[in-house]
Amino acid sequence: MSSSAVRTRGRAPLGLTLPAATALAFLVIPVAAVLIRAPWGTLVDDLSAPEARDALRLSLVTTVTSTVVCVAFGIPLAWLLARTSFRGRSLVRAMVTLPLVLPPVVGGVALLLAFGRNGILGKPLDDAFGISLPFTTAAVVMAQVFVALPFLVISVEGAFRASGERYDEAAATLGASRWSTFRRVTLPLAFPGVVAGAVLCWARALGEFGATITFAGNFPGTTRTMPTQVYLALQDDPDSAIALSLVLIVVSVVVLALLRERWLSGLST
Amino acid sequence: MNPTHRRLAAAVAVPFLLAPTLSGCASDSHGRTKLTVLAAASLTETFGQLEQSFEKDHPAVDVVVSFGSSSALAEQVNQGSPADVIATADDKSIGLVADDGNLSGDPTGFAANTLVVVTPPDNPADISSLDDLAAADFVVCDPSVPCGSAAQTILDNAGTAATPKSLEADVKAVLTKVSLGEADAGIVYVTDAEAAGDEVMTVDIPAGVNVVNAYFIAVVKDSGHADLSDEWVSLVMSPAGQGVLAEAGFGAP
Repeated sequence: MSSSAVRTRGRAPLGLTLPAATALAFLVIPVAAVLIRAPWGTLVDDLSAPEARDALRLSLVTTVTSTVVCVAFGIPLAWLLARTSFRGRSLVRAMVTLPLVLPPVVGGVALLLAFGRNGILGKPLDDAFGISLPFTTAAVVMAQVFVALPFLVISVEGAFRASGERYDEAAATLGASRWSTFRRVTLPLAFPGVVAGAVLCWARALGEFGATITFAGNFPGTTRTMPTQVYLALQDDPDSAIALSLVLIVVSVVVLALLRERWLSGLST
Repeated sequence: MNPTHRRLAAAVAVPFLLAPTLSGCASDSHGRTKLTVLAAASLTETFGQLEQSFEKDHPAVDVVVSFGSSSALAEQVNQGSPADVIATADDKSIGLVADDGNLSGDPTGFAANTLVVVTPPDNPADISSLDDLAAADFVVCDPSVPCGSAAQTILDNAGTAATPKSLEADVKAVLTKVSLGEADAGIVYVTDAEAAGDEVMTVDIPAGVNVVNAYFIAVVKDSGHADLSDEWVSLVMSPAGQGVLAEAGFGAP
């Protein structure tokens, strides 16, 4: 890129800086409001209340599980999209990105219709094995995987493409099988992208609310994650809701900071 | 909720709640008088019907009904938003308005709502009483919303050891889980069960353990149309008004 060689003169025009500052303020003020209104004095009490602790613990367990699931199944899907060509690949990519734009509640309804007790897969599952997914912690993980998987697949596919096929070809020329090329060349080269994708995927799973409450429901310790706890606490205990929101904001900021420092820079080269 | 928070919540909620009211404020294109009625969300269907019959009898009046949760509506009046009549789904909310001296006259009870057990139409868990819930996958509202605290009271009253599978965010979510067959049963307001029609089967809860939500209506003190407001209240209390409410499943006050 040679854009740095092109110097523009004069100060940034007001017609651009003013809307830019407004946009920035619009994004920053709500977050600042949470910090200002946070019940600092009772923060520890609010966060160590049994309901808050249950929600924190459940969120941690489910998001780590769903991230592992996303990594295990998402990387192969990303490889398929980046390294093979087959009929309908663009359709497959569109299907992968669908949950990104779908309202999460719609995702929850779709999951119910598929895996609910009367769902097209859920009913045979219930009839044959007596397994009913709604209202279980497994359903929470499924909802999170549904909304977070696209983040992983798209980041990793980008990383596979960015690292290029030359090294793969070189490995193949030297007699490596496709599997060992993937394992020893493709994956290590794309590793920063995989980590970035996994972190983004985890952050999205942590924030997941609509699909979870629709598909998995809400019960303390089993299905009530942090975002659901925030939503319900807002009705009768705003302090607790603000304290939990603060935790989610801090986690998100830390994740973004880490990504920027360590991996996103690697992605853009 | 301490007072500061309630005020904060109101400050956040009021602009949104006001939006429909304000947009109606611009004088009606037909020059009609505007009567603003604030009503609990569960009155959506019935007050909508009453609005039509009121406007038929008063061609020069445009009734604007704004629906919301009872506590939000009460805050709205106490914050001075223009309103002529307020109808709430409990006595607590309208009591807050009365305490602030913003009502003309005492609130009148005009309806009652109780709760029922609903099951999918085929009643897969064979529910015939509250006791059967213990062995079934059932859902109720979260205790932080009125239908949830009512459901909890009912379960306590009945002395069953039944634990719900899920605490849903609102009564409509409970209905959805039941009508989709994901839950064997749920506890909802009679009027919600009525509105769901064939999608659910209803099992009555004995009066001894049930919770009765009383609905109250009153004219707001700063109403600019005291006569019309009184007429609205009269319509709600009239045999015709009570008939509309009864048809929707509401009980007599």
